[in-house]
Amino acid sequence: MAVGTVDVAATAWGRLRRTFGGPAWLRVFSFVLLLAVWSLATTADPSGQVLPAPWVVLDTMWYHLNEEGLLFHLGVTLWRVAAAFFGAMVIGVALGILMGARRRADIILDGWHILFLNMPALVLIILCYVWFGLTEVAAIVAVALNKIPNVVVTVREGTRAVDRELLDVARVFRVDRRTTFLRFFLPQLYPYVMAAARGGIALIWKIVLVVELLGRSNGVGFKLHEFFQLFDIAAVLAYTLAFVVVMMVIEYGVMAPLERRCTRWR
Amino acid sequence: MAVTAGLSVDIRRKRFEGDGRTPPHTAIENLRFDVPVGQFCCLLGPSGCGKTTLLNIAAGLDHDVDGSVGIPADDAGPRPAVSYMFQTPRLLPWMSVRDNVDIVLDPDARAEGRGVRLLERMELGSYLEAYPTRLSGGQRRRVALARAFAIRPALLLLDEPFVSLDQPVGNRLREILLDLWQAQPTTVLFVTHDLNEAIFLGDRILFLSQPPSCVVQDVAVDLARPRTPDSPAIHAFRTGLLDRHGGLLAGLAGATTDPGHSTP
Ligand SMILES: Nc1ncnc2c1ncn2[C@@H]1O[C@H](COP(=O)(O)OP(=O)(O)OP(=O)(O)O)[C@@H](O)[C@H]1O
Ligand SMILES: [Mg+2]
Repeated sequence: MAVGTVDVAATAWGRLRRTFGGPAWLRVFSFVLLLAVWSLATTADPSGQVLPAPWVVLDTMWYHLNEEGLLFHLGVTLWRVAAAFFGAMVIGVALGILMGARRRADIILDGWHILFLNMPALVLIILCYVWFGLTEVAAIVAVALNKIPNVVVTVREGTRAVDRELLDVARVFRVDRRTTFLRFFLPQLYPYVMAAARGGIALIWKIVLVVELLGRSNGVGFKLHEFFQLFDIAAVLAYTLAFVVVMMVIEYGVMAPLERRCTRWR
Repeated sequence: MAVTAGLSVDIRRKRFEGDGRTPPHTAIENLRFDVPVGQFCCLLGPSGCGKTTLLNIAAGLDHDVDGSVGIPADDAGPRPAVSYMFQTPRLLPWMSVRDNVDIVLDPDARAEGRGVRLLERMELGSYLEAYPTRLSGGQRRRVALARAFAIRPALLLLDEPFVSLDQPVGNRLREILLDLWQAQPTTVLFVTHDLNEAIFLGDRILFLSQPPSCVVQDVAVDLARPRTPDSPAIHAFRTGLLDRHGGLLAGLAGATTDPGHSTP
């Protein structure tokens, strides 16, 4: 009898797992769990000042969206992210390939590389603002400079791992340099470039906010600073939320499909 | 040099200067032979004797050599086209079968559909859009063979292209190779360590020595084509050859060579 009960429980559990154990459901579950923990935590703060409830944050976001130009500041920040990202990727990939492929270049640039790799983000930002003024260009350069060394590390490693035997095929069959680069060499780097891009966006988002906080008069970072001084935590969280939504759109709408395209042949 | 030579090899010495891990090694010394235009020449030698090294030099991948490999220009262009079928197929995994062949063609040949025609001829017509990772070993080699013929080479180099295939698949590929070679005659240098394969395919067989390698025997294969693999004629030829030159296959019998061997 007892054995029978266990069996029933086991199959019921099995059925439950089969129905709700899929990745989509697990994601929903994890999200609900987050909301529950958050809601529970708000009870510890009756004033609602330090940790506003989820619906309050949502409400605040709606208000800022309609009345306070959240979209404008988000757009400005996004533009800076994009500019710094593409700048860092282009320069980082070029330098990474150069340093991976040419020993002399690697030796010459390695010292600089290590210097920038270990320079604190804040130092670069301060120096850029001091030397180039509190300008848009200085802000973007500061962010890009923080990211380039990381891109270089990854792409240089990828370049060193390139399969010479396939490049020899191009040489024997006298494929022109352009095609050799684009169709024989670069595809071998895609996984590394994708990895650099992924990590790149995450890092750049964070640094852009600091740059805005220190020397810009618009953007999400600037607004967060303002809310901090007003102690408006609901607004801080509302901006964070908007931010995360945009991040997820980029991840699932751009990066993931791009990666699938690049690795289709596997 | 007579214009009739499709390939003339004159290598005084090919030496690998060792680094910390590999000792210096003289791979080739005084290796000289000519291959007339259109001849199918097989190159047989013990493992490690420098066959791949020689093909790399002939293909222009390795210029660090004392000597020269001459490939007279054909009428197609100033520099003759050389094709190389490597020991592994070396296809680009991120390109479809069709693109793998098309990528080495000039735009005219591509537009004319030469690559696709070759692939169809090799019974790969339904795999044109497939990626190489989805193909069997034999199919991959057929793609590599199509790529090698697609550029209409004046000289075709093949480095043990059919090893580690089972007998029927290997025989089928050898037939396809001969078929293409007869439809599109070209000078061929075919490296193998399988005497039966060499007799089946070649007009001529060059036997190389242990390193530093040179030609120790030059044998014409005067069997009528088409030949049949593993036929009595081939076995008779083989037996006759071994009777005449007893020690010829001494180094070929197995892995009895010492790859680390170096000359003072
Ligand atoms: N880049 C290199 N540096 C040093 N030594 C090398 C290098 N390439 C080849 N060798 C040596 O040269 C010799 C000939 O090598 P090769 O690859 O030409 O042999 P092979 O005749 O093709 O052998 P196999 O039949 O096994 O393919 C070997 O002893 C190898 O150790
Ligand atoms: Mg070899």
